[in-house]
Amino acid sequence: MTAVVALVTLSLSGMAQAAGDDPDPGKELVINGDMQMVTRVKAPDNIPGLTNVYSGWLFHDPSTQAMEMDDFDNPGMTGAETGTENWSVADGSEGKSCASCHGDIEKMKGVRTHMPKVNKDGKLWSMEDYINNCRTTRMGAKAWSWNSADMQDMVAAISVQSRGMPMAVATDGAAAKFWKEGEKMYYTRTGMLELSCASCHEQNYGNHIRAEHLSQGQLNGFPTYRLKTAKLVSIHNRLKGCVRDTRAETYKEGTDALRILELYVASRSNGLSVEGVAVRP
Amino acid sequence: MKRQIVLGIAAAAIVAGYANAETAPDDVKFVDGAVAQSLTGKPGDPVAGEKIFTTKSMGNCIACHVVTALAKYPFPGDIGPSLDGVADRWNEAELRGIVANAKMTYEGSVMPPFYKVSGFIRPGDHYTGKAAPADLKPILSAQQIEDVVAFLETLKEQ
Ligand code: HEC
Ligand code: HEC
Ligand code: HEC
Repeated sequence: MTAVVALVTLSLSGMAQAAGDDPDPGKELVINGDMQMVTRVKAPDNIPGLTNVYSGWLFHDPSTQAMEMDDFDNPGMTGAETGTENWSVADGSEGKSCASCHGDIEKMKGVRTHMPKVNKDGKLWSMEDYINNCRTTRMGAKAWSWNSADMQDMVAAISVQSRGMPMAVATDGAAAKFWKEGEKMYYTRTGMLELSCASCHEQNYGNHIRAEHLSQGQLNGFPTYRLKTAKLVSIHNRLKGCVRDTRAETYKEGTDALRILELYVASRSNGLSVEGVAVRP
Repeated sequence: MKRQIVLGIAAAAIVAGYANAETAPDDVKFVDGAVAQSLTGKPGDPVAGEKIFTTKSMGNCIACHVVTALAKYPFPGDIGPSLDGVADRWNEAELRGIVANAKMTYEGSVMPPFYKVSGFIRPGDHYTGKAAPADLKPILSAQQIEDVVAFLETLKEQ
C-alpha cells in the first residue's frame, strides 16, 4: 500500500515511473517536440479496478508510437485538416458554416475533454450528436452518418483543439445514472465467449491475445487512425467491434447503449491527455 | 433364422444408437469440473484437434495459450498458461471438462465455454454482430471437443 502511494506521488510529480505494470517504462509521448502528453496517471477514485491508467500509446511498437510524435508523420492529421477546412464551409438551407456561430475552431478547445455529456434536455450526447444537431437544427443541413469521413474528420478537427488537456468527463450530477449503467455494461460478460470489457482491458492489459497487445481500452486518443484500415475510427465503431469480438449481438453506432458505454469508458481515461488523433496498428 | 435377424436388427440399432448418442450441451454432466463420458463415444483425432486449436474460426485456443510443439504457428497469445505438459497435470475427463466449460473447473475464468448453448447474454451469430439464431450451436461440436481433448493428451512431458 505504501509502495503504491509512493509510486503515485512519483508519477504525479512527473518523475521516473517504476510501477510494475507500466507497459513501457520511461517512455514519454512528446508531440512535435514540444507538446508533453500525460500517458500515465493515478486511476480516478471511482475506478477501483485500476491503480494507474495508461494511454493506449504506451502499448504499441516504437514505429507506431513515432508516427504519433510528429504531425507530419501522423496520417490521421490529414482528416483533422479536412475537418478544419470544412469548419468554415457553408452548408444547408441557412447558408451557415460552423464558423458562422462558433468563430474560430480554436474556440472548441476543451470540448473533447468532457464528451460525452448530458445536454440541456437531459439526454446523453456524444460529440457526433452535438455536431449533427447543429447541422440539422441550426444549418438546415443533412445529418452526417456516424462513421462517415465528413463526421470523423470534424470530430478529429475538434478533438485536436484539446490536445494535451486532461480528459475530464463528468460522472456526477445528471451524468451519474448513465455512468452507473455504463459501469454495469463494462463488467457484464457478453456473447458466446462470455467476456466483459474488464476481462480483456482490466484483467489482462499488457498480455497478448494472439498477436495483439491488450491495452486498457482508453478513449483519450479518439478518433484514432488505424493503419490496418487506413482511416479514422469513431469511438462507437471501436466499441461495437469489441462487443462483436465476444461473439455477441452488437449495438449500432449512435445508439443510447453505446453513448452510455462511451461515457463510462471515457471516464476511465480521466486525467490522461487528449491525444486525438492517435495512431493505431 | 428369424432369431438371428432380430438379433441383427438389435445390433444395428445399438450401432445407430451410438451414432446418435452424442451428449447435448445442456446434458453434459460435470463432476468437480470433469466430464467422464466421451461426448460422442468415438475416439478423438489429435491431428484434427491441432487444426481446431490453431484455427481462428474454430477453437482459436492459440489466441490465449502457448504450446512449444506448435511453434510453427506464429504469435500465440499469453492470457492463459502454457499448455506444455498439460496432460501430466489433468486426466482425459478433466481436460474434457475444461474445454467444454472451464468455469466448472476455474470459477470466473476468462476462458470461454466451448460446449455450451444456453445462459448467454446477447449471444451473437459467430462474429457477424447479429443476434444468434434460435437453434444456437456450441462453438465446437461434440466431435471437435473430443478431437481437441485427444490433441491435449499428446501434450506430455513425462
Ligand atoms: C446557427 C449557429 C450554429 C452553427 C451554424 C453551428 N453551431 Fe454548433 N452550437 C451552436 C450552439 C448555440 C451550441 C450550444 C452551445 C451551448 O449550449 O453551450 C452549439 C454547440 C456545439 C457543440 C457542443 C459544444 C459543447 O461544448 O457542448 C459542438 C461540438 C458544435 N456545436 C459543433 C458544431 C459544428 C461542427 C458545426 C458545423 C458543422 C456547428 N456546430 C454549427 C450553434 C451553432
Ligand atoms: C476478447 C478481448 C476483448 C474484449 C472482450 C474487449 N476488447 Fe477492446 N480491444 C481488444 C483488442 C485486441 C484491442 C486492440 C488492442 C488495444 O488497443 O488494446 C482493443 C481495443 C480497444 C479500444 C481502443 C483503444 C485504443 O487505445 O485505441 C477500446 C476503446 C476498447 N478496446 C474498448 C473495449 C470495451 C469498452 C469493451 C467491452 C464492450 C472491450 N473493449 C472488450 C480486445 C478486447
Ligand atoms: C480468452 C482466453 C482463452 C481461450 C480462447 C482459451 N483458453 Fe484455455 N485457459 C485460459 C485461462 C486464463 C486459463 C487458466 C484458468 C484460469 O485461471 O482461469 C486456461 C486454462 C486452460 C487449461 C488448463 C491449463 C493447465 O495448465 O492447467 C487447458 C487444458 C486449456 N485452457 C485449454 C484450452 C483449449 C483447448 C482452448 C480452445 C479450445 C482454450 N483453452 C482456449 C484462457 C483461454
